[in-house]
Amino acid sequence: MSTVKLTVNGKAVSVDVEDRTLLVHLLRENLNLTGTHVGCDTSQCGACVVHVDGRAVKSCTMLAGQAAGSNVTTIEGLAKGDELHPMQAAFRDNHGLQCGYCTPGMIMSAVDIVHRHHSQGSGGKLDEETVRHELEGNICRCTGYHNIVKAVLDAAGRMKVAQAAE
Amino acid sequence: MYETNYHRASSIDDAVAQFAKGTDSKFLSGGQTLLPVMKQRLAAPSDVIDVAKIKDMIGIDVSGDTVTIKAATPHYDVAQSDAVKKAIPALSSLASEIGDPAVRYRGTIGGSLANNDPAADYPAAVLALGATIKTNKRSIAAEDFFKGLFSTALEDGEIITAVSFPVPAKAGYAKFPNPASRFALTGVFVAKTKAGDVRVAATGASQSGVMRVGPIEQALKANWAASALDSVTIAASGLLADIHGSADYRANLVKVMGQRAVTAAG
Repeated sequence: MSTVKLTVNGKAVSVDVEDRTLLVHLLRENLNLTGTHVGCDTSQCGACVVHVDGRAVKSCTMLAGQAAGSNVTTIEGLAKGDELHPMQAAFRDNHGLQCGYCTPGMIMSAVDIVHRHHSQGSGGKLDEETVRHELEGNICRCTGYHNIVKAVLDAAGRMKVAQAAE
Repeated sequence: MYETNYHRASSIDDAVAQFAKGTDSKFLSGGQTLLPVMKQRLAAPSDVIDVAKIKDMIGIDVSGDTVTIKAATPHYDVAQSDAVKKAIPALSSLASEIGDPAVRYRGTIGGSLANNDPAADYPAAVLALGATIKTNKRSIAAEDFFKGLFSTALEDGEIITAVSFPVPAKAGYAKFPNPASRFALTGVFVAKTKAGDVRVAATGASQSGVMRVGPIEQALKANWAASALDSVTIAASGLLADIHGSADYRANLVKVMGQRAVTAAG
C-alpha cells in the first residue's frame, strides 16, 4: 500500500491504495468519480481518458502512483457549476451520443484536440479529417462518429469565442 | 494485475539502486506496453521503477549533425519538436504516427526500444539511421542492440538514458498500420547518410524483429528513386505470418512501404 497525493478537479486528495491500482480505479472506486469509464481495459477504446497535467491520457494504462503530484481533470471537473463546458454543450446540441458509454472519454479527448490545435496557432480551425484522425484512440459503437465529429467542430468554434472573451 | 511495488526514481543512479533491491524488477517509463502486459498477467515484476520523471532523462538536443533524444521523452514531444522536424523530419513524422494521441503523450522512445516489440516503429528509425543507444553503462550501436523479438543487448538493470541519431542527407518512413491496433503491419525506414551510404530497415515484417533490407539498400544506392524498387523482390522466408497477413503479403509490403518511404524522403 502507498499513499498517493494528487489534485483531482482542483481538489487536493490523498488516497491509500495498493501499488498495482490503476488511476481509473482510484478515480472510480476511491473517489467515486464514476464518470470515467472502463471500456476495453486494453488501452484501445478511450472510455477512460482523463487529463493528467493538461494531457489527455488513458487512465486504465497508468498506475495511480504515476499520477502522484499531478493535476487530474475528469469529466466531472469540466463544467462550471450548472454551466456545461462548450464541448459538453456541443455534444448535447449535435446529438453526439447515443448510449453515452464512450462519451466522457470522447469529450476529454476532444477538449485536448481543440486545445492542442488552438495552441499550435491554427486558430481553432480544425477540419473534419483532422478530428476523425485524432479521435482514432476513442471508439464509439453507436453513433458512427458523424455527430461526434460535428460536435467537436462546433465546440472548437465555441471554445475559441470563449477563449477570446476571457 | 498481480501485486507489485511501485517506486518513483529521482535520478538515474536512484533508479539503478532501486532496481537492484527488487527480486524481479522492471523499469517503467510511459507504461504503454508494460502496463497492458502486466494487466494480462503476462508479466509480474516484483517492483516497477518509474523513470519517467527523471529530469536528466527528458528532453531533445540538436547540435551539429546529431539529434539526441533523452530516453523518457514522450512520442508527442518528439513529434512536436521544431528542432527534430528541421533536422530529421522523418523521425518527427514516425513519432506522430505511433499509437493514438493518448498513447503518444505517455509512451517514450527509451521504453519502446528497451521493449523491442517486433512491430514497434522506433527500432526501424534507429537501425536505418545508424543511431547510438546510450545507457547508464555504455554506448551501443544500433547493429548490436536489437537481438530478436522483445530482446536487446541491455543487461539486467541497465537503463537506456538517450538515443543519438546522426542527421541524414535524406530519410523517409512509411508504415501500413494494422487497422485495429495501429501497430506497423510493416513499416520501412529509408535513409541516405551524408557520406552517401544507404540504409533501410523494416519493422513488423521479420520473425526476428527489426531488420535491414539488403535488396532495397542496393537498389537505392544505385538509384535513389521509388521506381528503382519496381524490380526488387523481397524473400518471404523468415517473415511473419499471422491472421493479419501472410509472409508473402508482408514481403510485398516491405517493397511497397519502401517505395512510399523513398517518395516521402524526396
